[in-house]
Amino acid sequence: MDIELMQRVYPFFLQAAWVTIQLSVLTALLGLTCGALGAAMRLSRLAVFRFLGAAYVSVFRGTPALIQLFILYFGGPQVGIQLDAFEAGVIGLGVNVGAYMTETIRGAIISIPKGQREAARTLGLSRWQAFYNAILPQAARLMVRPLGVNLNMLIKSTALVAAISVVELTYTAQRYIGSTYKPFEMFLLAGILYMIIIYATGRAVAWLDRRVQIN
Amino acid sequence: MTDTEHFVEIKHAQKSFGKLEVLKDISLNVARGQIVAIIGPSGSGKSTLLRAINDLDALTGGEIWLDGVQVNKNLPYRQYEKHINQMRQDIGMVFQHFNLFPHMTARDNVTMAPKLLKGLSKADADKLAEEQLDKVGMLERIDYYPSQLSGGQKQRVAIARALAMKPKLMLFDEATSALDPELVDEVNQVMKKLAEEHMTMIIVTHEMDFAASVCDRVLFMDKGVVVEEGPPSVVFKNPTKERTREFLRKHLAGAK
Repeated sequence: MDIELMQRVYPFFLQAAWVTIQLSVLTALLGLTCGALGAAMRLSRLAVFRFLGAAYVSVFRGTPALIQLFILYFGGPQVGIQLDAFEAGVIGLGVNVGAYMTETIRGAIISIPKGQREAARTLGLSRWQAFYNAILPQAARLMVRPLGVNLNMLIKSTALVAAISVVELTYTAQRYIGSTYKPFEMFLLAGILYMIIIYATGRAVAWLDRRVQIN
Repeated sequence: MTDTEHFVEIKHAQKSFGKLEVLKDISLNVARGQIVAIIGPSGSGKSTLLRAINDLDALTGGEIWLDGVQVNKNLPYRQYEKHINQMRQDIGMVFQHFNLFPHMTARDNVTMAPKLLKGLSKADADKLAEEQLDKVGMLERIDYYPSQLSGGQKQRVAIARALAMKPKLMLFDEATSALDPELVDEVNQVMKKLAEEHMTMIIVTHEMDFAASVCDRVLFMDKGVVVEEGPPSVVFKNPTKERTREFLRKHLAGAK
């Protein structure tokens, strides 16, 4: 194993890891937004919204994320959507992970016993007041762990945007293989950096989960 | 406007789930300050009737009136929501499984609705919480979470929560059925206290002794109809209907 080479390219991989982190953060924020909207639609009292929410989930969970990215990035210009690779990566992955988060958020909300909603409504609270004050604070605590799982998957799936040439970790590894012919070292280095990012995120999620539990 | 004889009025209440008719043309008047117990076997429709009074279970036919205002008015969705939220502020409800908010202390359970709906200041809300929790003997546990309380204590906090809205009517849906036998009495004592203060109450219960001791009137329901109603001395001691006798016989045998 060529440790010296790894040390030499390491700063460039760090830069690439920073791009991966940026991608992950932005994708997670967009994913959470889409997930909250998707869950709101799936739980709406209006059938139209319920249908739209369900359609969103089945389309984006029912096709490969890579195909979704390709359609957006390569197919987009044909229908007038011009995005650079990074933008396409964030939007493509964000909307994709949002479909998974929709189900996570919805699952947490519907797992709160219906007596909670009834108790709140009986006191005179509106639908929204009951949701916001009684249901959501309980559901949010249940969401932390499974959203952490979504986040873990999301970080790994940022590797897909190498295919549309965003210069993140996986793309950088591939590029250095082209010039060094050392795939083992290059992919190992990328793998180690992914692991550090994911481990740190996992710890953060676990910490948050402990913090929000009801004593 | 206030008609004390017809404080709560149920007119021809009817409810079906598909083909299953769970309430069949039930009418009932409750006078202000009266305490009515509803007894009957499971599936008799007694809980459904109670839950129809504050529209948790909407009727398919008939009317519910409280203090001169129709509860289940026929209004467009948004207007109806406003109306029912207003009505429900006057109708306290206590559930079999307490349904306390587990993420809030006893204090916050009691003050959440008054703060949101009546705009109480923090100081006023605290005073209200202390007052209401004191009334149910739970002042010492004001900053406890529900998970730190026994079943009986939870139910007393739940009663305080309902009372904090200063309701005109209290509904009890098998409030002691989920409690260990030794915890039933502390909840019954609180309900007795309310009775002494002339709170209007409708109580669905399996506790025949309790019903006999506090209620002005007892309704025996079976299969969606009121089979028999009258003062407890008559319904419990000298029921006129065979079905009532049979139910009481079975129930009392089961309770031993």
